[in-house]
Amino acid sequence: MSTKETIDFRKQVVEEVLEIYPEKAKKNRRQHIAVKDSECASCAVKSNAKTVPGIMTARGCAYAGAKGVVWGPVKDIVHISHGPVGCGYYSWGNRRNLAEGEIGVDNFVPFLFTSDFQESDIIYGGDKKLEKIIHEVVDLFPNAKGVSVLSECPVGLIGDDIESVARRMSEELELPVIPVRCEGFRGISQSLGHHIANDAIRDHLLGKGPAREIGPYDIGIIGDYNIGGDAWASKKILEEMGLKVVNIWTGDSTMEMLQNGHLVKLNLIHCFRSMNYIAKHMEETYGTPWMEFNFFGPTKIKESILKIAAQFDASIMEKALKVIEKYEPQMQKVIEKYRPRLDKKTVMLYVGGLRPRHIVGAYEDLGMEVIGTGYEFAHNEDYEKTIPALKEGTLIYDDVTALELEEFVKKLKPDLVGSGIKEKYVFEKMGLPFRQMHSWDYSGPYHGYEGFPIFAKDMDMAINSPTWKSIKAPWSK
Amino acid sequence: MSHMKTSTKATKDWLNTLEYREKNFAREKLVINPAKACQPLGALLCALGIEGSLPFVHGSQGCAAYFRSTLSRHYREPVAAVSDSMTEDSAVFGGQSNLIEGLKNANALYSPKVIAMFTSCMAEVIGDDIKAYLGNAKEQEAIPKDLPVALANTPSFKGSHITGYDTMLKGLVECLATARQEDKINDRLYVVPGFDTYTANLREYKRLLKVMDTPYTLLPDQSDVLDAPNLGTYELYPGGTSITEMNDALNAASFLCLQTYSTPTTRKYLASKEVPVESISMPIGIAGTDKFIESIAKFTGKDVPEEITLERGRSIDAMTDSHQYIHGKKFALFGDPDVLIGLVSFLLEMGGEPVHIVCTNSTPLFKKAMESLLASSPYGQGSTLYAGKDLWHLRSLLVTDPVDMLIGDSHGKWAARDANIPLVRVGFPITDRVNLHRYPIIGYSGVINLITMIVNTFLEEKDRTSSDPYFEMMR
Repeated sequence: MSTKETIDFRKQVVEEVLEIYPEKAKKNRRQHIAVKDSECASCAVKSNAKTVPGIMTARGCAYAGAKGVVWGPVKDIVHISHGPVGCGYYSWGNRRNLAEGEIGVDNFVPFLFTSDFQESDIIYGGDKKLEKIIHEVVDLFPNAKGVSVLSECPVGLIGDDIESVARRMSEELELPVIPVRCEGFRGISQSLGHHIANDAIRDHLLGKGPAREIGPYDIGIIGDYNIGGDAWASKKILEEMGLKVVNIWTGDSTMEMLQNGHLVKLNLIHCFRSMNYIAKHMEETYGTPWMEFNFFGPTKIKESILKIAAQFDASIMEKALKVIEKYEPQMQKVIEKYRPRLDKKTVMLYVGGLRPRHIVGAYEDLGMEVIGTGYEFAHNEDYEKTIPALKEGTLIYDDVTALELEEFVKKLKPDLVGSGIKEKYVFEKMGLPFRQMHSWDYSGPYHGYEGFPIFAKDMDMAINSPTWKSIKAPWSK
Repeated sequence: MSHMKTSTKATKDWLNTLEYREKNFAREKLVINPAKACQPLGALLCALGIEGSLPFVHGSQGCAAYFRSTLSRHYREPVAAVSDSMTEDSAVFGGQSNLIEGLKNANALYSPKVIAMFTSCMAEVIGDDIKAYLGNAKEQEAIPKDLPVALANTPSFKGSHITGYDTMLKGLVECLATARQEDKINDRLYVVPGFDTYTANLREYKRLLKVMDTPYTLLPDQSDVLDAPNLGTYELYPGGTSITEMNDALNAASFLCLQTYSTPTTRKYLASKEVPVESISMPIGIAGTDKFIESIAKFTGKDVPEEITLERGRSIDAMTDSHQYIHGKKFALFGDPDVLIGLVSFLLEMGGEPVHIVCTNSTPLFKKAMESLLASSPYGQGSTLYAGKDLWHLRSLLVTDPVDMLIGDSHGKWAARDANIPLVRVGFPITDRVNLHRYPIIGYSGVINLITMIVNTFLEEKDRTSSDPYFEMMR
């Protein structure tokens, strides 16, 4: 098919899939789907809008964004899931954000702390209970550097004043107690939860840490949640370049890292969507510069290394070039091994945060093509950044519904689908190779030079697994 | 000022002391690592077991995402559910417009045979009347008048996943079953597995009922939904109890509930409709399974087939073959009430000592039942049930009063590691091992499977830790 034919075909597919909806829902969904064409007239997809009720969405809630993503990986703070047991339970231990430290002493990442609301708490309010809970936390975990209170739906609905509880307890205990108003009903997805979480860091922690000299090469990584050790892989490259990673937000993070996030020469932001608010705030308030980077796949890693090094002196640039020189041959070997097995294979992605655009280059390094991509909870600027990275004819879908994605996959027939746990088994039942691209499917890291060989191996494993060949019984027609 | 700074090492050691245990048990409000989830998750699991049933969460979409992810992680299967995505404006104006639009879209997109609607916190706190809203939805022709929609109020601030299961089950029967008519009583035993996350248990029930020549309906039946074959196509509704059998449920000859604590609301409802209903503990272990077999035999009026006696004999043979590896061993357990009764009963039969038993979603009735079970055996004399306690309490117990093995779900792995003992995974969720839900833990074959898991874990430990002279061929 020529590019023109591909574009026309995919536009036709979109129209066909939209036919399944009742009128109102169809009108809504049409605004969220586009095919990239030369004029790009249809590239503008609407985003950050309410989900259509009654459909299967992959989206979560503000609590998921605030606790599950941003606050959860801060290891030396006790995070209280304030409200009924469920939200804390389901966000417990499932994001694979690794952290070092003594569990129960200065690392609380593998824990679920909950106020386990009962009916009486709904009737009488949970503020008194929260006070008692914070006292108990401090008694049982004396090394905790602080307490965060992450509110679930009922807390906001019944009008509890967690802010004043937090203020009182902070004073009494001489310990930061941070209220995070991330009730799940706020906003339309996880996205508002990220923003709320960033605001809580801004209001309660940033600039309040112990004084620290800023070294000439001190930098922070923002928006790397250390899934399967990602942040450690990124840190390794940056430190080989001669830079000093003093903060990571929020993978393997500490209270002090949050407090002193502005005390760096440069902040490097990986997941723009979840952390741009605080990066911009640090720039506006403290003059701390920031830039985006992408550590997926050797092409993007190289681009990013050079861009980062250009912010520093010649000695850093020299080391940066050495890093590239050292690792590129290794990466070339990875490509030589896997490219013949993956060349021309097509991928459809549906993820959150940064991945629908950042990973495109890593696939291209392996000779693969992303033919469809979209975000769960993006804003316009995410699509503005994404569209230039895509080939013509790429299908772009925002908050794609389960049924749309299934239909798109059936019609575009990619060799690989990359999305989340809720989507994984749907496509595997169709006999289609799949990788969980939120969590690296029990593997990782995928970031950095350490991650790319694992990424390549995993994609090869998924696509070329002999198991797919056994699906059809020899006696079935 | 109670906040004391101590060194990491000192605190680490302190966590393992009796002093800490006392402090830990003195806490009144803080819950740390509870072994319970919330009601709607149980409602969703229940709803999946009915043919063509679409679970519908009236509330925040994030809840639906969490339930689906959690169940998918355990089963490694797709889990379908929609929500009506309530947000701030629903908090102000109520969720009726979302519910009506949601029903309309869900019906158009997914053509369900029945919609199983249940609530999450938000709708409950603002006091949405789902029954009235549903009436209005049908009035406005958002969905056909004859499309059944089962309702369940399942706020997360009451009960746990097992009560949510129960409430949804009652809602489904209430919605789908026609009134009991004395001249239309069918010959079937309606068997309710309860909140059971082993697809193999459900298949095993069906096999045993077939062997015992029992006309039966398993209700609900998620076995084909959450253990669907890979045939190269995705089915949205791959199985479940048929609608016809649901329609006929109140005309059942009798109901048999195979869990006591996840079915009381349903039982009460059935009894109010004058349907004969019996409940027994989950048939784990010999005595539990015997009870199950006897209940079936009583229902059919037929002798227990030889095949079952032989099967029982084989599991007894496995018990006598391997009792020496379990006898006198000390265990800690945590999980749901019915699973715990079954596991404890099994361990006592093997001469094992269930020393610490933690049940976060305990009830007074369960406490009484567990205590009387423990009192009935010499091996239960040193046992304590910790009702309403969590896995951080359990950790204190394990490090101050050591046992040989922990039995529970994957969340127990940290406590087991701190206590340097193996964890044998039984319960829900199991997210760090594969296929365990594909091996039954109920029935006589369940006895053999439990022995296999427990004994071989002990033997593996022995091999892994023994010095050269004691590294033997025969164990």
